[in-house]
Amino acid sequence: MLFISNGVNMIMDPTKNVKIESALPNTKVVDKSKVTKENFILNVQNLSAWYGTTQVLNEINFDIRSHQVTAIIGPSGCGKSTLIRCFNRMNDFILNFRTSGSILFEGQDLYDPNVDPVEIRVKIGMVFQKQNPFPKSIYDNITYGPRILGIKDCNTLNAIVEESLEKAALWEEVKNKLKTNALSLSGGQQQRLCIARTLAVEPEVLLLDEPCSALDPIATAKIEELIQRLKNNYTIVIVTHNMQQAARVSDHTAYLLLGSLIEYGETKTIFTTPTKKETEDYITGRMG
Amino acid sequence: MNNSVAYDLSVLIQKQKQGERLFKIAALAAVIISLGTLAALVADVFIDGLPRLDWKFISSFPSRKPQEAGILAALAGSFYAIILTALVAVPIGVGAAIYLEEYAQKNWFSRFIELNVANLAGVPSIIYGLLGLDLFVRAMGLGRSLLAGSLTLALLVLPIIIITAREAIRTVPLSIRDAAYALGATRWQMIKDHVLPLSLPGILTGVILSVSRAIGETAPLITMGALTYVAFVPTGPLSPFTVLPIQIFNWVSRPQKGFHACAAAGIVILLLVTLFLNAAAIFLRNHYQKKFSARSL
Repeated sequence: MLFISNGVNMIMDPTKNVKIESALPNTKVVDKSKVTKENFILNVQNLSAWYGTTQVLNEINFDIRSHQVTAIIGPSGCGKSTLIRCFNRMNDFILNFRTSGSILFEGQDLYDPNVDPVEIRVKIGMVFQKQNPFPKSIYDNITYGPRILGIKDCNTLNAIVEESLEKAALWEEVKNKLKTNALSLSGGQQQRLCIARTLAVEPEVLLLDEPCSALDPIATAKIEELIQRLKNNYTIVIVTHNMQQAARVSDHTAYLLLGSLIEYGETKTIFTTPTKKETEDYITGRMG
Repeated sequence: MNNSVAYDLSVLIQKQKQGERLFKIAALAAVIISLGTLAALVADVFIDGLPRLDWKFISSFPSRKPQEAGILAALAGSFYAIILTALVAVPIGVGAAIYLEEYAQKNWFSRFIELNVANLAGVPSIIYGLLGLDLFVRAMGLGRSLLAGSLTLALLVLPIIIITAREAIRTVPLSIRDAAYALGATRWQMIKDHVLPLSLPGILTGVILSVSRAIGETAPLITMGALTYVAFVPTGPLSPFTVLPIQIFNWVSRPQKGFHACAAAGIVILLLVTLFLNAAAIFLRNHYQKKFSARSL
């Protein structure tokens, strides 16, 4: 079903859903009905990682449930960012990085030699700690992803822009200035723009690497609210050093310490009755 | 304030202030001497050359008589040589910089190449002339032509372009690259859509600076066989040619005073062209920096 817009006018009915999956040629159309709340969309199996000879991740085992928010917490240097960057193969760019073990995404090992990391990054999107919009217009930022996938039609692109900005709770604020430079937005708006940009390629998983650490409390609150809305349609993995944020936002939490997974469970349980002493020490502030 | 050590603070401060004043004067003197000498030389050339500079001078060919000599052949030769040089050196230089910066593995071999490119930038230009003579004029059979001269100049400016292009590419922040990769861009897409546009100001500056250098090169072109007396505009890439510095050199070595005035006028033109090219470099760089300005990167 192709979206038919009413001409150049950008005021379109946001309830009309554009079937982006069919518009993106390289991505498999995933039957979303098969991925239910009980399914695990990502399975981390015995994952270890090294930068050269230094081991940074040690036999990590846990599963990420789809359409839920999973938080990864831990003190600085425990390997949270390394772990999350393994999910979309961003660590490939680091020299002397190697892994052992596997990460299954919908049943397929991400580190299998036949897997194309470029395709993975479309399906598993990432938002970074410091907002990094391209120094282009808001419109060009959002349409970059779809355009490199081959979408050229103006109407489709316009629809994608509106839908992504709506999903990122930014449409109302920028709908009249889509052609202005993205860097003229505030920090919080830029981060929401980065989220919208990632959503424009219709990923299944959103990796958020400390998305609010560079933002003020009000912008942080807006993004946390956004995460709660997004989890209905996407699986979200969030790395945060802010425990209160993890407690507010996530359904499941994983606690990492010095590269090892100490405990993983429902957020409520981890924060009220943790089973491991190290977890309790971290949560109560006795350590870290 | 009580001082148990035997020194007077105010005397020390006086001495420091004197030292600072002396240093300031010395620095100012250095500026005056260097800029003053340059200004004196330029003024001298302009005084000798400006009266001789007129439309007839620019549009005539050289001749035995100083009053009838003109710079057209050299001007045309320089113009075509620069265009050909840029056409060859820029794609190769920028391409090499992209490869070395983005694709090449960072091992001893790439460091070796980096070291050698830096060395090549400092090799005396006459060596390039000898290389051009053997490789382009003789081995490739191009003869003492405009094309052979341009290729020689291209080799000369290639290291400069590679180095400045690499520097420009390095200034593109990692955050932009990460953002592009995270959206599913391939390496080439990331380079084409983000790295190249953002490094364009730096690359342009490097290109224009290397062109201004090439336009003043005399030794390599004389070595590979550019003529010193040319009374025609180059007819094609394989035609013989001359360039501005060679023409000036030719006039300066003649005994008649009239030719010295011609040389001065030629120098004025060369200076104006170089100034124009540098101004263009600065203008273009500022324009593109504003266009791609990162206000909060």
